[in-house]
Amino acid sequence: MAPRAQLATREADPLMRTVNLSKEYVQRRPLTRTAFKVSAFEDVDLTIHRGATLAIVGESGAGKSTLAKCLALLETPTAGEIWFEGKNLLGLRKSELFLAHRQIQLIFQDPTSALNPRLTAEEIIAEPLAIQKIGTRDSRRERSLELMEQVGLPARSADKRSLEFSGGQRQRLAIARALALEPKLLILDEALSSLDLLNQRMILTLLADLRAEHSLTYVHISHDLRLVSEFADEVAVMSQRRIVEQRPAAELFARPEHPDTKALLAAMPSLESICMRRLA
Amino acid sequence: MESLLQVRDLTIRYRSADAAPRDAVAGVSFDVARGEVLGVMGESGCGKTSIALALLGLLSREDADISGSVMFRGENLLALNEKALQKIRGAAISMVYQEPGIALSPVMRVGTQIAEIVRAHRGQNWKKCREEAFAMLARVGLPSTERIFSAYPHQLSGGQLQRIVLAQALVCEPALVIADEPTAALDAQSRADFVSLLRELKRSLGISLLLISHTPEIQASLADRMIVMKGGAIVEIGRFEDLYLKPTHPYTKALLARTATPALRPEGDRSSAAREHLVETL
Repeated sequence: MAPRAQLATREADPLMRTVNLSKEYVQRRPLTRTAFKVSAFEDVDLTIHRGATLAIVGESGAGKSTLAKCLALLETPTAGEIWFEGKNLLGLRKSELFLAHRQIQLIFQDPTSALNPRLTAEEIIAEPLAIQKIGTRDSRRERSLELMEQVGLPARSADKRSLEFSGGQRQRLAIARALALEPKLLILDEALSSLDLLNQRMILTLLADLRAEHSLTYVHISHDLRLVSEFADEVAVMSQRRIVEQRPAAELFARPEHPDTKALLAAMPSLESICMRRLA
Repeated sequence: MESLLQVRDLTIRYRSADAAPRDAVAGVSFDVARGEVLGVMGESGCGKTSIALALLGLLSREDADISGSVMFRGENLLALNEKALQKIRGAAISMVYQEPGIALSPVMRVGTQIAEIVRAHRGQNWKKCREEAFAMLARVGLPSTERIFSAYPHQLSGGQLQRIVLAQALVCEPALVIADEPTAALDAQSRADFVSLLRELKRSLGISLLLISHTPEIQASLADRMIVMKGGAIVEIGRFEDLYLKPTHPYTKALLARTATPALRPEGDRSSAAREHLVETL
């Protein structure tokens, strides 16, 4: 685990680093079918330190989710490099890429649509293991039950299907599935925003515990700056398809520099400041 | 203040085939005064949305047992038949839903979707209805242009769609608007804009608002009084300021103490201490 003070000294060996990462989509105009390019993000340089939590914040449409998918290797960037443990992931062959998926897992915003409603909890968690051909049916089931316990789901619900769980429990299930392959990097794309406040807190506590147990690194995509201020070690602010600022969280919240960061902060006054104004 | 809506001993029990029936809402009573914003707060599954649906007669009697009374302008809404309810719904009491993308029809122009509400309730000709809908765009802070009026939902942003849904809710000048997590689908900037729009409309139109939201910042910005719910029952009710400054129930304390969140940080056993605190509170 990297306490904030040590982050600087670890820069020589980050877990993941992106260089000039860009993603463009080609779209066609209706009727005329002429092609034009839409850029999702441009020239993104990110450094993700081992054991730390990096939050990527920005308003909707800033390109956060596409970036998350690219970092998780679910989309292919159009240009740039993703260095992960000394290898450029974008230069990998298909078979190597398949193995790289074990290292990097993604958790989605809406657990309901991220989980197959036809599978039981135990099958959902075991699926990545089955796809990667790890273990036997029995060992996978055992591992599923173990993971359920770790994320705080009762083992007796192993045969329930995802729709029988509450929202918070479904997100726990998604976390268990993401942990099944023992990844080094977990990317959470607005993973808390479908949950209410108390569930958010409980999932945050769970993530903190899991980080210690599994030596995980988190990239947390969110539009909720207030929430981010409560757990991130570092914050990268994304605005209009670019990273405009990446700094340690405490520093960024105390002295935001970029105008877009300031605008984001101003759009989310804290509960305290709203109440102070009311009571004044 | 004059009371507009009186809910007495409202109990909602869903019937389900496999599980034992459970009260989703258990004996809830509250009043909404004219021109007041009453906030409803509580975690998912505490019965917030069930109350909203019951008020509007949107819960099927086949799936749910509803008892108690909901008095609105001298009528018990729970005793009305579907035809009578249709007259009230969208006209005297309207609703702003959580997901504007789902609440709107994807194959109909948004302007028409506002106009059809006027048409349904006032029976005016289409031209007149469209004019009223057009005028409504400006009131909810959208440009009154043909481009917005004739757009399909997929051509507008989330913030714009939420304003369209609000325009639908307001176009027949209701006395009470029920907003169920109206900002859940919005990003920070549009959320802030939407909240100030609601505050301004409340002032200018004098409507009452039943504001269902689990976000304390939203409640703090809008609610005059607030209900805190847990497991289908009201645990605390009072002026927002009182609940914020002197919460009597630990659950209220947990909901409003945003800064007390356990940090996802490595330093020592802070997280486990925080969890113990949470477990105690819950």
